[in-house]
Amino acid sequence: MTAPDAPKTASRFTPARLFSSYGALVAIGLVALVLLVWAPGSLSAFRLGNLGKYCAWAIAAVGIGLAWGRGGMLVMGQGVFFGIGGYAMAMHMKLEAAGPGGVPDFMTLYGNGTMPGWWEPFRSGPFTLAVIVLGPAIVSFILGYGILKRRVKGAYFAILTQALAVAFATLLISTIKQTGGFNGLNTFSTFFGQNLYDPQVKENIYLITAGLLVFFLVVVWQLYRSRYGELLVATRDAEERVRFLGYDPANIKLVAFVAAAVMASVGGAMFVPIAGIISPSNVDAAASIMLLAGVALGGRSSLLGPALGALAVGYGQSALSEKYPTQWTYFQGALFILVMLFLPAGIASIWPKLKALVPTKRSASPGGVGIEAEVEADAGAVAPV
Amino acid sequence: MTASFLGQDYLEIRDLTVDFDGFKAVNSVDLTFLQGRLHFLIGPNGAGKTTVVDALTGLVHGTGRAEFRGRDLLGMKSHKIVRLGVGRTFQTATVFEQLSVLQNLDIAAGLHRRAGSLLLARGKTPAKVEEALETIGLTTLANRPAGVLAHGQRQWLEVGMLLVQDASVMFLDETVAGMSTEEREETGELLQRIAGDRTIVIIEHDMEFMRRYADFVTVLHAGTVLAEGTVAEIQADPQVQTVYLGTVTEVAADA
Amino acid sequence: MRELLTPFLTGTASGAILLLAALGLTLTFGQMGVINMANGEFLMAGAYVAYLTQQVITSTGLSIIVAIPAAFLVAGLLGLLLEVTIIQFMYKRPLDTLLATVGVALVLQQLARDLFGAQGDPVKPPTWLRGNISVFGYHWPHRQLFTIVLALAALGALSSVLKYSSFGRRIRATVQNRELAETLGISTRSVDRMTFFLGSGLAGVGGVAIALISGTNPTLGTVYIIPAFLVVVAGGVGQIKGTVIAAFAVGIITAYLTDWTSGSMSQVIVFALVVIFLQVRPQGLFTVRTRSLA
Repeated sequence: MTAPDAPKTASRFTPARLFSSYGALVAIGLVALVLLVWAPGSLSAFRLGNLGKYCAWAIAAVGIGLAWGRGGMLVMGQGVFFGIGGYAMAMHMKLEAAGPGGVPDFMTLYGNGTMPGWWEPFRSGPFTLAVIVLGPAIVSFILGYGILKRRVKGAYFAILTQALAVAFATLLISTIKQTGGFNGLNTFSTFFGQNLYDPQVKENIYLITAGLLVFFLVVVWQLYRSRYGELLVATRDAEERVRFLGYDPANIKLVAFVAAAVMASVGGAMFVPIAGIISPSNVDAAASIMLLAGVALGGRSSLLGPALGALAVGYGQSALSEKYPTQWTYFQGALFILVMLFLPAGIASIWPKLKALVPTKRSASPGGVGIEAEVEADAGAVAPV
Repeated sequence: MTASFLGQDYLEIRDLTVDFDGFKAVNSVDLTFLQGRLHFLIGPNGAGKTTVVDALTGLVHGTGRAEFRGRDLLGMKSHKIVRLGVGRTFQTATVFEQLSVLQNLDIAAGLHRRAGSLLLARGKTPAKVEEALETIGLTTLANRPAGVLAHGQRQWLEVGMLLVQDASVMFLDETVAGMSTEEREETGELLQRIAGDRTIVIIEHDMEFMRRYADFVTVLHAGTVLAEGTVAEIQADPQVQTVYLGTVTEVAADA
Repeated sequence: MRELLTPFLTGTASGAILLLAALGLTLTFGQMGVINMANGEFLMAGAYVAYLTQQVITSTGLSIIVAIPAAFLVAGLLGLLLEVTIIQFMYKRPLDTLLATVGVALVLQQLARDLFGAQGDPVKPPTWLRGNISVFGYHWPHRQLFTIVLALAALGALSSVLKYSSFGRRIRATVQNRELAETLGISTRSVDRMTFFLGSGLAGVGGVAIALISGTNPTLGTVYIIPAFLVVVAGGVGQIKGTVIAAFAVGIITAYLTDWTSGSMSQVIVFALVVIFLQVRPQGLFTVRTRSLA
């Protein structure tokens, strides 16, 4: 299972170029301009809200790109971490709506109107924010430590994470008195004291979400160009070899897994004030797979691919499901099939392919540049793992 | 084992046994690897050469004792063994093809870095890496992807990676296999250069290469030590000749 | 006594369904490294075949007899189609097959919704499956017993095919050493296809059993796919013996946990148990130990 063989399948990015150039930072800057300057000025409040929702998904997608694209861990249960952040935020907002000492409405509706003790601390904003960051970190660390240290990987890892999402959603549905069950948590009034129906507050929430997306893009940009980023790719391609360099591959992967979980949680937390709801259907296996769709489409191992892919899939879903509700499932299914068959490195891989088709002046020049171009062209023909 | 210790660093193996569901691939082997000499492990296919190294590097489970700097390597995790200063290469050279020669060495040199510093991008090339590039003669190729290296150059890169990870014990598994004559010579000289304060163990099939560079030879056969000694002693050993199904000249002419 | 016995009996029956779902998975995973997430939809296809045959053949008894081979054939052909159109191009990329087959599963689910409606349809069991037998005072439905018999019969058939037929020998040769099998003149391509056909067909048979117990439903596959995969993981990939033990163990343990806690809690606990189990045996119950690293 664990051959220390050389990476046979190449990935499309060439680290030497990516790490050394600041071009990627410029691209992030462009994304920031569009999301933070252009969009608020040009889109209607409704559209902006939708875009905010896609941004929340995109934050989770950036984490998936890190874990799956760079780390080789197919995380099929990110909905769980999305849900931890989402439910933590929703609980806080629910308690805000209930007022000091109040009990969330659904508890009176489904139960006897008493609140479970573990809800109480969520009245505090700082506590809620801490849970949003630390909760997924702790859960993913324990789970990842258990799974990765035992060298469970590949499909095993993927299946276990998906099983986690199934179990999590089932648990939520069955605890209607504590978590709102199938309906989830909804009908909020304020977000940290701000009136949710105020258009300016709505825009601010959007700006925070889009800002967080840009922030996490910068974080992974730094991670990808760091020594850790190189090590992560090395671990993905030849885990055993890394072990014989004196590193524990489990620790390297664990960092990416935990970071991805925190990003998913932050995405989930921002999803709630924008969408006005969090329910099991936002966090179950199907929702987790939906998060993967954008990452696969955009290009899992590229920097911007996962985020842009998630935005595109989010847009596609609402655009299509408005007009043809059932057709969207076909689209989503076809997207997985076609991308995996024909474009496993996503749309991000089209550009280098096109460049490789056109002989450039660079490749004619002698020395290192020529070789680099050659490798790039070569890598374009091979699918990544 | 009465050989005088050339250096203070050594790896002492006693009663090493590797059992694959009843089949003893390595059967009660005693070995002592000393600092400063090129120690060759030879033997026919299936003799247990690689398995010995696998057991010493935590890849397969072995029983017995393998003491290095007061620690028993058997039962330790692979990456901990490496951190202790025991490194190895594999029969098929495994370098990170996507990464440049420099990046390969840099990753290998990083095992003692603090976790926090890993989050930074590489600034200047570490001196250790520059030095290793020089030693293995790949300075001019430092920025090429390792994937474009020739077979021999890859093997040297692997040796370089062992150098930068401060391996004081190096297990080299068939490093010169598939190399040209000139490459073999360069490899032999490279190994002699770095042997000084290191313990180098070479698994080899190439008898010519062994004759030229071996300071000490252990012949394994069917999981046990058949003979030990200098090249001359080994070649004169009738048992070794029987195992290799021929005469000394045939042994010399590549078994 | 009855409290202890009841979960055991119902658990054995759900274990039997898990077994039928997991056998195909373990074969294709073990032999080709392919993770077929659409296998659950092959169960669903089998259930709909049972429903459709009942629309054509009014005699419930006869229709079930016809439905079993028909479901095997339909699900098997679906599997074959999947192999030929998608999976054969992705053998080197197991994680990508996983996602591609997720896509197939989504399409098949929606197709079932569009063809048969989002609501499930009941499948009437024949009279000889409607009764109960009394086991220490518990009225055990014949249908559950039938499920177990069906699973064991399928297991027996599969084992004898693997053991005695030349096709089975070729499968085992391919599982153990693909390259060597090829050099010996075995067409591993056609072996792969047959394995896919066989494994998917078994899921179809499982679908008939499910239809008898709980009717059809477009999302029926999603209920079984994850437990079936946990069975494969716990049993050891490619290990039929391990899969059998794990299937019944998961079925029975889930039944007891459901009895003691609740249906949803039992899922969570079973998941936790599998993770803990993998701490002890990361490769599952049974593994082939080899010297090679690969």
